[in-house]
Amino acid sequence: MTDNGVLKVAMPKGRIYKQASKLFREAGLTIPEDFDDTRKLIIPVPEANMEFIMAKPVDVPTYVEYGVADIGIVGKDVLMEENKDVYELLDLGIAKCRMSVIGLPGWKPVIHPRVATKYPNVASQYFRELGQQVEVIKLNGSIELAPLIGLADRIVDMVETGQTLKENGLVERETLFSVTSRLIANRVSYRLKNNAIQALCDRLGQQIAVRG
Amino acid sequence: MSKPKVFEKPTGVKDYLPHAVSKLRRIERNVLECMRRWGYEQIITPTMEYYDTVGVASATSDQKLFKLLNQRGTTIVLRSEMTSPIARVASSLLKESPFPLRLSYHANVFRAFEEEAGRDAEFFQTGVELVGDPSSEADAEVIALAIASLKAAGVPSFKIAVGHVGFLNGLFGEALPDRPEEQENLKAHLLQRDHVGYRDALKKLELEDNVRGELEGILRLRGGVEVCEQALSLSRSTDAQAAIRQLCEVWEVLAAYGLQEHVLIDLTMIGDFSYYTGMTFEGYASHLGFPVCSGGRYDNLLAQFGRPAAATGFALKTTRILEVAEGDESEENRVLVVYGKESRREALHEAERLREEGLIAVTEKADALEAVLPELEAEAAEGPFVHRGMTFGSLVVYGQEEEGQQ
Repeated sequence: MTDNGVLKVAMPKGRIYKQASKLFREAGLTIPEDFDDTRKLIIPVPEANMEFIMAKPVDVPTYVEYGVADIGIVGKDVLMEENKDVYELLDLGIAKCRMSVIGLPGWKPVIHPRVATKYPNVASQYFRELGQQVEVIKLNGSIELAPLIGLADRIVDMVETGQTLKENGLVERETLFSVTSRLIANRVSYRLKNNAIQALCDRLGQQIAVRG
Repeated sequence: MSKPKVFEKPTGVKDYLPHAVSKLRRIERNVLECMRRWGYEQIITPTMEYYDTVGVASATSDQKLFKLLNQRGTTIVLRSEMTSPIARVASSLLKESPFPLRLSYHANVFRAFEEEAGRDAEFFQTGVELVGDPSSEADAEVIALAIASLKAAGVPSFKIAVGHVGFLNGLFGEALPDRPEEQENLKAHLLQRDHVGYRDALKKLELEDNVRGELEGILRLRGGVEVCEQALSLSRSTDAQAAIRQLCEVWEVLAAYGLQEHVLIDLTMIGDFSYYTGMTFEGYASHLGFPVCSGGRYDNLLAQFGRPAAATGFALKTTRILEVAEGDESEENRVLVVYGKESRREALHEAERLREEGLIAVTEKADALEAVLPELEAEAAEGPFVHRGMTFGSLVVYGQEEEGQQ
């Protein structure tokens, strides 16, 4: 959205960033390795004519919607939860996991079902569509605790390997959808920086196809 | 909810303080004057309309309309845009006026609280409707006027992306004959700007590989007029071809206006399919993450008010433009007239004379003129000065033997 041709990229800090920067490098973009552990919030990447804005993953769609970042990388889970008006351009195929309903083994329907989750919109919509009346409780972390200590009878959360669930004696009951990271773009940047964004999409797309 | 505190106001509405208002008024004045010079006459319609007429006809979705009940229990809406009210006027009060009608407006419109970023419940739109002209010439005229209006508003750099709903309708109709649900599904993905979902949906459809490739290819149909040629080779559907030919005509007219540098063709741009019937466009300014104007052809709306007619138009998102428009309000022409009690009459007459000259004159009686004067005159000598929070260009003093000026 800025004029000088530098593409502002909202990057999610942490797990997804490592995989995304690896994909960018494989696609031939010059991104120095030492950025992976930096604490800087704004990182110029002049070699690739980009600027990375290091954001909390859940905030990436907000930066992009307001246009302070032209494009961003974000999990489908966040996109589903936040429901922002942005272009979803490319499935990057990284940070693969799934959104699932999880409970204790031998779960049986209860009179007043409660579901704990970091994704209240996703969870509410899922159960509404099933025609089930549940109370959704928003938590900010350690969701697995909720069924163990009786706050909720089930949870809706992301599952990558299932290891955390196994260690806590929980089982996956249903999968809502599978999750990967996506490349998103601001509505205005998508038009005003069309060439740069399309070129990036093409390079990444080719590399994703190579990875298979 | 607890009782609001005295300084609070409903979510999504704004106060505009003097500085913002003078900028807003300048934009409004310049844009309306620009529209007037293109032959568009301004009209004013009421803030409230019937839900069953204007409310239902409007492109705004039902849950975004502000609804209230009048004394008789009839549902009233606060207008959510100006196109439907103007369609109502064109079909009733202006029923006898021959087409084409060229009308302009500047109005506040209302949308019930939305989750999306940067959207107010009440905001200003400035726009035009060109009613009763189905030609590509008319479509190009409103695009050219949108460009002129953005310039008049002081938006420094912008692009207009132009698309056409007929292209995708024709393309999908040809690729997926008698499969309306699948067509709707694909359109829904494009409308939500979800290209990943669109490609996934294509993969799941039973299609010939080359058709699937073509449908995927439309995501790249963005750029200059060459896009139209690519699009022509993609579809043999008569509807799609007709749409592209219209776009080419619009482009030709815009070229004659000399405006190609501002215009992009973008066939992935989707307006509301149920509302727009032809060309659609959106304007984007640098340094602003949201569109600054939008418009298009809506040939089915006027029939809902009993006078079927083609129509095309656009609205500037004036409240957004306020953020990016250049040019500040000058305080140079404001004069401070200070007087002692004995010289009141002369001072007030002088102020009146200054106002007739077109200057802004603010009068102030000073109880002890001699005491305040040296400081004021020293400030005024340096050029524009601030007095009691207001900036003045010059100072006039009455009530002293020696009249100080500037």
